[in-house]
Amino acid sequence: MSDSKNTGAVNTAIDANHHLEGALLPILHQVQNNLGHIPADQVGIIAKALNLSRAEVHGVISFYPSFTTSPQGTNVIEVCRAESCQAMGGRKIEATVKSALGVNFEETTECGKFTLEPVYCLGNCACSPTVKINSQIYGRVTSHSVVSLIENLRQAGDQK
Amino acid sequence: MNQLKDMPLLKDMVEPSNLDKDYGTPSPISYIDKEAIRSGDKTLEMVTGTIDGQIVTVPVGTSVMRAAATMDVNIPKLCATDSLKAFGSCRLCVVAIEGRKGFPASCTTPFEADMVVATQNKAIAELRRNVMELYISDHPLDCLTCPTNGDCELQDMAGAVGLRDVRYGYDGANHLDAEKDESNPYFTFDPSKCIACSRCVRACEETQGTYALTIEGRGFESKVSASQNQDFIDSECVSCGACVQACPTATLTEKSIIEAGQPEHSKITTCGYCGVGCSFKAEMKGEEVVRMTPYKGGQANRGHSCVKGRFAFGYATHKERITTPMIRDSIDDEWNPVSWEEAFSFAAGKLKAIQKKYGVKSIGGISSSRCTNEEVWLVQKMVRAGFGNNNIDTCARVCHSPTGYGLKQTLGESAGTQNFDSVAATDVMMVMGANPTDAHPVFASRMKARLKEGAKLIVIDPRRIDLVDGPHVKANYHLKLLPGTNVAFINTIAHVIVRENLHDEDFVRNRCESDAFDEWLEFIKDAKHAPENTEAITAISAKDLIAAARLYATAGNGAIYYGLGVTEHSQGSTTVMGIANLAMLTGNIGRPGVGVNPLRGQNNVQGSCDMGSFPHELPGYRPVSDDTVRADFEKDWDISLDGEPGFRINNMFDAAVEGIYKGLYIQGEDVAQSDPNTHHVEAALKNLECLIVQDLFLNETAKFATVFLPGSSFLEKNGTFTNAERRISPVRKVIKPLAGLEDWEVTQGLCNALGYEMNYTHPREIMQEIARLTPTFKNVTYERIKKDGSVQWPCTDETPDGTPTMHIDEFVRGKGLFKITEFIPSDEKVTRRFPLILTTGRILSQYNVGAQTRRTDNIMWHHQDLLEIHQSDATDRGIENGDRVKIQSRSGDTHLTAKITERVSPGVVYTTFHHPKSGANIITTDNSDWATNCPEYKVTAVQIGKVIAEEKDSDWQRQFEDFNKQQLELAGLNDEQTV
Repeated sequence: MSDSKNTGAVNTAIDANHHLEGALLPILHQVQNNLGHIPADQVGIIAKALNLSRAEVHGVISFYPSFTTSPQGTNVIEVCRAESCQAMGGRKIEATVKSALGVNFEETTECGKFTLEPVYCLGNCACSPTVKINSQIYGRVTSHSVVSLIENLRQAGDQK
Repeated sequence: MNQLKDMPLLKDMVEPSNLDKDYGTPSPISYIDKEAIRSGDKTLEMVTGTIDGQIVTVPVGTSVMRAAATMDVNIPKLCATDSLKAFGSCRLCVVAIEGRKGFPASCTTPFEADMVVATQNKAIAELRRNVMELYISDHPLDCLTCPTNGDCELQDMAGAVGLRDVRYGYDGANHLDAEKDESNPYFTFDPSKCIACSRCVRACEETQGTYALTIEGRGFESKVSASQNQDFIDSECVSCGACVQACPTATLTEKSIIEAGQPEHSKITTCGYCGVGCSFKAEMKGEEVVRMTPYKGGQANRGHSCVKGRFAFGYATHKERITTPMIRDSIDDEWNPVSWEEAFSFAAGKLKAIQKKYGVKSIGGISSSRCTNEEVWLVQKMVRAGFGNNNIDTCARVCHSPTGYGLKQTLGESAGTQNFDSVAATDVMMVMGANPTDAHPVFASRMKARLKEGAKLIVIDPRRIDLVDGPHVKANYHLKLLPGTNVAFINTIAHVIVRENLHDEDFVRNRCESDAFDEWLEFIKDAKHAPENTEAITAISAKDLIAAARLYATAGNGAIYYGLGVTEHSQGSTTVMGIANLAMLTGNIGRPGVGVNPLRGQNNVQGSCDMGSFPHELPGYRPVSDDTVRADFEKDWDISLDGEPGFRINNMFDAAVEGIYKGLYIQGEDVAQSDPNTHHVEAALKNLECLIVQDLFLNETAKFATVFLPGSSFLEKNGTFTNAERRISPVRKVIKPLAGLEDWEVTQGLCNALGYEMNYTHPREIMQEIARLTPTFKNVTYERIKKDGSVQWPCTDETPDGTPTMHIDEFVRGKGLFKITEFIPSDEKVTRRFPLILTTGRILSQYNVGAQTRRTDNIMWHHQDLLEIHQSDATDRGIENGDRVKIQSRSGDTHLTAKITERVSPGVVYTTFHHPKSGANIITTDNSDWATNCPEYKVTAVQIGKVIAEEKDSDWQRQFEDFNKQQLELAGLNDEQTV
C-alpha cells in the first residue's frame, strides 16, 4: 500500500517537472517534501524517466543533506555546528538537545516525533547560536528556550 | 595521398607512437578531424611553446600535461589518464606557467603559443609532496603485501614526489576499515585503498557509457558507490572492466591478479568472441594467462573491452577440455583415446572407404567462424583438394550469408563498407535487428558516445533493446515491427524518401546504374509500399514510418547497422539488398559516418566467408564454376578441382537423412545445438557413417561423432581473425596447445593422411598462399600486420595500406545496382493453433551456444535461458513470472521458465539459445532465406502454455539428458559436465 502511495507521489513529481531543463532537483525536492524522504526503491523510476542511471540519481541525493532516503521524524531539528554558533555556545545547545531527545545526530526518536540533524551554517550568524526546527529558524537560543521549544512540540502532538 | 605518413610529427600526435605510455589526457584530434586532415579538408593548427626549457610543438587543444608527455616530460598525476577527459581533481599535476598566478593543473590547462612552463621547481615539489601526504594519511601502508604492488600509480607518485613522511599520522578519521566488495566474480572493490580520483566513475560514463558508478556523499564522506551503494553484482554494472582498467590503485583489482601476482610478460592478440575483434594484451606469468587487458593500440576497440573478452577466458584451461584424440566405431561405443597419427589414419581410412562405397561427393566439411583465416583456408583446401569436391560450407551460412550475397549483388563486395571509427561522424544511426549492447558491447559503447554527442537513433526491433532507452541514450524512434516484415518496412522507408523527394538524385545518377534505378523507382513508387498500406503488415504506424524515413534521409550522415534480425529470415537477402538500396538512394556510401554496417556475430564470420569456405565460391567470393579462377588454384595446388558447386549445410543434412551423404568433418561448430530444427539435425548426424568433430569440448555435435580431434583455443595458436570492419588482426600463440597441435596442424595432419600433402610450418605461409590467390588480400602479410597492428582489406597494389572506407569514388562493381525487393511474407504464419511469434537473440554475458562462456563465471549472470513474454499474453494463459511453460511450434516443443516483461510486444515471445538443454532449436523450423538458405531463426509461430504436469522438462529435454549422460560416460567424463 505504502509502496504504491510512494510511486504515486514520485510519478506526480515526475509529471510536474519532467519538462524542465535539469528536472532532477525539482523532482527530488517535490518527493522529499511530499513523502518526507526519497525511498531507495523509487530511485529507479526517477532515473528511468530522466534517462539517467540509478547511480547518478543516488549520487545527487547523497550529495545534498536536504535529501534523505529514510523516513524522518515528524519534526526535524537542525542544530548549527558552524564557527559562529560554536563560538556562542552552540556545543552546549547540541548537548542539551541530544539529552532532551535522547538521540544523537542523524537519529530519530523512538516515538518518531523528532529527527536530529547537524547543519553547518544557516546564514544567521549575527544571532548565533541558531537552531532550525522544521522550516523555522530560531536565533540566540539558550538551553532553556530550546528545551521549551521541544516540549511545546512534544505536547502539540503530530504537527509539522 | 597519405599525408599522415609523410608527417611523422603529426602521426605521432594523432596516434602517439608509444602505445604503452599514458599521455595523461586524450588527443585533441578526433577521428573526424584526422580524416578531414587526411583528405585535405582541414589543416592542422599547431602551437609552439617551451616546457622545462625544451621547445615543443603540439596540435591546438593539447593539454600542458600531454604536450609535456610527448617529449617524455612526465608530470606526476593521479586523476588523469589519456582514455578520459581531464578532470583536474587530484592537484598533483600542478605546474608553473610564466605570467600566470599560482599553480594551474596541467591536465586541464591547454598548451598555448609561446607558453613557458616549468614542471618542476622547489615550490611545486613541496606542493605535490603536501598533496601526497594528505592522500597517504588515509591510505593503508601495506604496499609490500598489496596485490598491485609494482603496478600502482599511487605508489609510483609517492616515489616521484619524494614522499618521506606523513606528518598527520594515521590515527585520525580514515577509511581504512571500509569493507571489501567481492561480489563480482572477476574483480574486487576495496574502498580502503580508494583515493576518490573518480577515474572509475568517469570510465563507466565516458568509456563504457553505463553510468553504474557514482561518488556518494561529499567531502570526507565521498566514496565510490555502485548504483545505490550496492554490491557490484547487484548494481547496474555490466562488468566490462573499464573501471578496473582505469583505477590507479588497488581499489579495483582483478581477482586473478590478487591470486597470482603481477604478470611478467605479455603478447598482443585478438579476442576470440564477437565480430568486434578487440585487441587485447594477454598478460602472462610463465605459461599461464593471468589477465587480458584491452589494448590501447587496438584499432577496433580503442582500449575498451566487455565482460566476455576481458574476463571470460578461463574456458581455455577448463577441466572439461579434451586434449587427447579419440575414436570409436559407433556412437554407442566407448571412446578410445589414441595418438594423433592413429586418429588421422582412422579418420582418413573411414572417409576414403565412404567415398569408395558412396562416391566422391558423399563426404564434406564445415568450417568455423571462430577459427582463424588460415585454418578456414586449410579446411576448404582440404575439402577441395583432399576430398575432391566442393562440399564445404561455413557456419556463416546460418548467420550472415545473406549479407555476403546481398551486398555483393548491390555494391559489389560481400562486406561492410566502413570501419568502427566511422560512427564518430554519424548523424543518424538506423539499428535494425541488432542488439549491440549485448552482442557487440564494445562497439555499442562507441555508438552511445556518439549518441550522447547528439546523433539521432532509429531502432527497428520487435523487442526493446537496451539502446532504445537508457542512461543518456534514447532512441528517437523505436519501431516495433512484427517479426518477418523487414522487407515491407525497408521498402516503405524507401517509398517515403522517394515520395517526398528526399533522395540524393546526383549520387544515384552518377554512381549507380541508371536503368536499374529507373526500374526500381517504378517498383518502389507503387502505392503498396506506402506507409498507410504497410502499417497493417509491419505493425508500425504510418506516422512513425514517415518520421523515421525523413529522419534517416535528412539528418546528415546516415549509417545503417544491422545484425541477425535482418539476415535470419526467409527474406534475409532481400532485406540486405533493401538496406543497400536505401544507402545508395540517400548517398550514404563512400565516406566516414555513413554506410552499410553488418555487425558480425562471431569473431571471424567475415574471414570464414572471405576464405572461400562456400560450396559455390572459391576464396574472394569467386565462383567455382569459373574456369579461369579455378585454373589459378589448380596450378597453385597442383591438382584438378571440381567445377560443380557442392552441398550447403542444410543440403548436407538433407542428403545425410536421405542416405547419400555419409562423412562429415566439422571444425569448431556445434550444429546440434546451433542449427535449426534439432530433430532433423540429429537424424542427419545419426545417419552419418563417420562424423569427425574438432573442438575444445565434447559439445552436443561431438556426442554423435566417431572421431574427436581436440581443438586449440585462440590463446594456443597463431593466425589472423577478420572482424566486422574487414580488419585482419593478429592472433598470437601465448600458451602451448593443450592437445599438442594447433587447429591448422590438425587439418594438415588429416589431409596428409588422406593423401593430399600439405607442408606448412607456420600460418604465415598459409597467409602467403591466401595473398597469392586472393586479389583483395594481395598485399596482406604478417609483416604488415605486425607493423600496422592490423589491416583492412582490400589491401592491393592500389590500396597498400588497406581500405577503411569502401566504395569512395566508385563501387567495387563499378556502378551501384538497385535491386527489386518484393515483400513476400514468410510461410511461417501465425494461426489459431500457433498464435504467437517466437524470436531469438543473445545476452551480454553469454556467447553463441555458450560452450565457452558457460564454462566461466559468466554463468552467474545467465544460468538458464528464459522465455520472455508480455503480461497480456501471460495473463491470457494464466502464466505467472517464473512458471515453467511449454513452447510448441510446428517443429517440436520444449519447456522453459517464463519471464514476464514489457520488453516484448504482445504477440511476440523471445528466448536465447545459450544452453543446450533449452532446446531453442527444437522449435525453430526448416524455413530459410531464398538465396542463401540462412535459417529463419527469427520467426517461428508458437503456442505457449503453462506446464501443469509434474514433469518440469519436455520429452526431448529428458531424452537429451539421458543421451548426454550416456555420451559423457562413454567419454569417461562424469555427468556433472557443464550443460
